[in-house]
Amino acid sequence: MQKETGRVVSQKKIAEDIFDLRIRTSAAKDARPGQFLMVFTGDESRLLGRPISICEADAKKGELRLVYRQMGAGTRALAALAEGGCVELLGPLGNGFPVKDFQDRRVLLIGGGIGIPPLVGAAWQLSRPAFAVGYRSESYLLEDLERIGEVLAATEDGSLGTRGNVIDALLALEAEPKAGGAGWLTRGLCPEVIFACGPMPMLRAVAAYAKERAIPCFVSLEERMACGVGACLGCVTKTKETDGHSHVKNARVCKEGPVFDSREVAL
Amino acid sequence: MVNLAVDFCGVTLKNPVTTASGTFGSGMEYGEFFDLSRLGAVTTKGVANVPWEGNPTPRVAETPSGMLNAIGLQNPGIDVFLERDLPYLAKYDTKVIVNVCGHAEEEYVEVVEKLADEPADLLEINISCPNVKAGGIAFGTDPKAVEAITRAVKAKARQPVIMKLSPNVTDIKETAKAAEAGGADAISLINTLTGMKIDVERRRFLLANRTGGLSGPAIHPIAVRMVYEASHAVGIPVLGMGGVRTAEDAIELMMAGAAVVAVGTANFHDPLAAAKVVDGIREFCVKHEIRDVRDIIGCV
Ligand SMILES: Cc1cc2nc3c(=O)[nH]c(=O)nc-3n(C[C@H](O)[C@H](O)[C@H](O)COP(=O)(O)OP(=O)(O)OC[C@H]3O[C@@H](n4cnc5c(N)ncnc54)[C@H](O)[C@@H]3O)c2cc1C
Ligand SMILES: Cc1cc2nc3c(=O)[nH]c(=O)nc-3n(C[C@H](O)[C@H](O)[C@H](O)COP(=O)(O)O)c2cc1C
Ligand code: FES
Repeated sequence: MQKETGRVVSQKKIAEDIFDLRIRTSAAKDARPGQFLMVFTGDESRLLGRPISICEADAKKGELRLVYRQMGAGTRALAALAEGGCVELLGPLGNGFPVKDFQDRRVLLIGGGIGIPPLVGAAWQLSRPAFAVGYRSESYLLEDLERIGEVLAATEDGSLGTRGNVIDALLALEAEPKAGGAGWLTRGLCPEVIFACGPMPMLRAVAAYAKERAIPCFVSLEERMACGVGACLGCVTKTKETDGHSHVKNARVCKEGPVFDSREVAL
Repeated sequence: MVNLAVDFCGVTLKNPVTTASGTFGSGMEYGEFFDLSRLGAVTTKGVANVPWEGNPTPRVAETPSGMLNAIGLQNPGIDVFLERDLPYLAKYDTKVIVNVCGHAEEEYVEVVEKLADEPADLLEINISCPNVKAGGIAFGTDPKAVEAITRAVKAKARQPVIMKLSPNVTDIKETAKAAEAGGADAISLINTLTGMKIDVERRRFLLANRTGGLSGPAIHPIAVRMVYEASHAVGIPVLGMGGVRTAEDAIELMMAGAAVVAVGTANFHDPLAAAKVVDGIREFCVKHEIRDVRDIIGCV
């Protein structure tokens, strides 16, 4: 792996501040769902890469899809890229979701906010995926999700699906499953494993939900990063047991993660 | 043919480029990007007598042409380091500079003693970490303390000792001279400059530690000035660092007086940064018909 220059195939704004970027890059070759890239902004005064999850990877075409929210100066520069533009990137990095271990299982993919994109790529590699996603108000990527599996949605303002968060939606469904539902989730079957990505309060609630039902749960974490490759120890998360690298209780999100078994991290 | 080899307190480095402690782990991560034998030396992350947990997160924040870090010297302790990290580096044809940290004199000495018979070529003693209360900067800013800790380490060290100085002082010449008086074989500088960043939207400190060490190109001119001042104040060689991203930056530090130069934060921008600095120094020498890189050391 090397830092390389990707070419923008297309970029679309798909919701307020949310961009859908396709890049031609050899990093697409070995990308696994749940891995991420360090994306550089093209401005040398911004030294550090921005960690962005891989939404989908097409190894044959050599294309990666990133879906991201414009937050600060770096993602703003990224949003200004047009077809044919160049972007420096490093990746794929990190471990990714354990899709191989749960290929034929009922996997519930729970996403909130800008945590939804990596679930798309993960779901394509599973035979029985179902989604539970939470938005503030405006939804995005919904069509992509519906193409892959059944989708349970929640919005804070109630404009789509259950009013509230994803857990509210799951609890409502548990209380009142739909016998003629589209898939195993809506019919009231319990998931066999959960993959989740989203803001920390959501991840905590998801981990608690999984623990109560004794379902294995894998969460993708966010932390501020400098190197993205495990060298600087900037991006650690608290673990319950001694970590294998520094022999304290701090695993590197960029290297041992970003996906962790929720029982192994102190969320 | 250009000679890039330099002698650094009795150890020959094949070229004058190493990595800055804490930006390169123990080489394993960047060893996946390039052959570490291309470097004159690898300098490892600070290692203490026992594992250190480090600071809470967020530990890093980007700043214009630089970054702040408050890692707090997370490290696995010397025993794991000797078992896992040093043998890894020993496979490469490069010198190894082991960076040592501690809260107190005894802790530094314990690590140094354990390194006595190990394949470490040089020791770099970090007395200048701004992110650890006792032991870090406390040692590094008081000339008397610098001299005392240098003497204590030198009494036990088998390898040449480089004292890593803090730039968070009024006069770098004083601490440089104190290290020399304590018997240091070399000095290295600069460590990071203490800084702070505030998230104005949330009215909160960006780093959990509130303050952090500033590094990267933003500090390069300060590094050049301090390397110049320190190298003229002492007779021992200087390992220069601070904001080196290109070969020109490294050459600047060498011309200011550094015999060896370390690449730090730039590794995060490009994993090949240190290797490219080596190549660039060679090209610079060829272009300017410099037959021996040692000719540029302190040439201004
Ligand atoms: C593993 C991982 C995967 C991610 N995947 C996505 C994704 O798929 N889509 C998406 O929209 N966002 C994602 N993020 C968050 C994304 O990295 C930040 O929104 C982005 O770095 C902001 O950069 P900026 O220059 O716009 O903001 P600024 O605030 O100007 O950035 C300044 C610095 O802070 C860092 N930073 C700021 N916010 C975050 C954050 N939330 N997490 C980590 N670093 C941050 C930046 O990288 C940069 O170094 C991910 C984060 C991580 C750690
Ligand atoms: C993330 C990070 C971790 C660091 N850790 C250490 C350390 O463990 N010991 C040490 O002596 N210096 C440490 N430093 C300081 C660097 O070695 C170097 O002195 C400083 O960053 C200036 O060089 P640069 O601008 O090229 O990065 C660290 C710097 C950074 C950015
Ligand atoms: S970002 Fe450097 S170790 Fe994770």
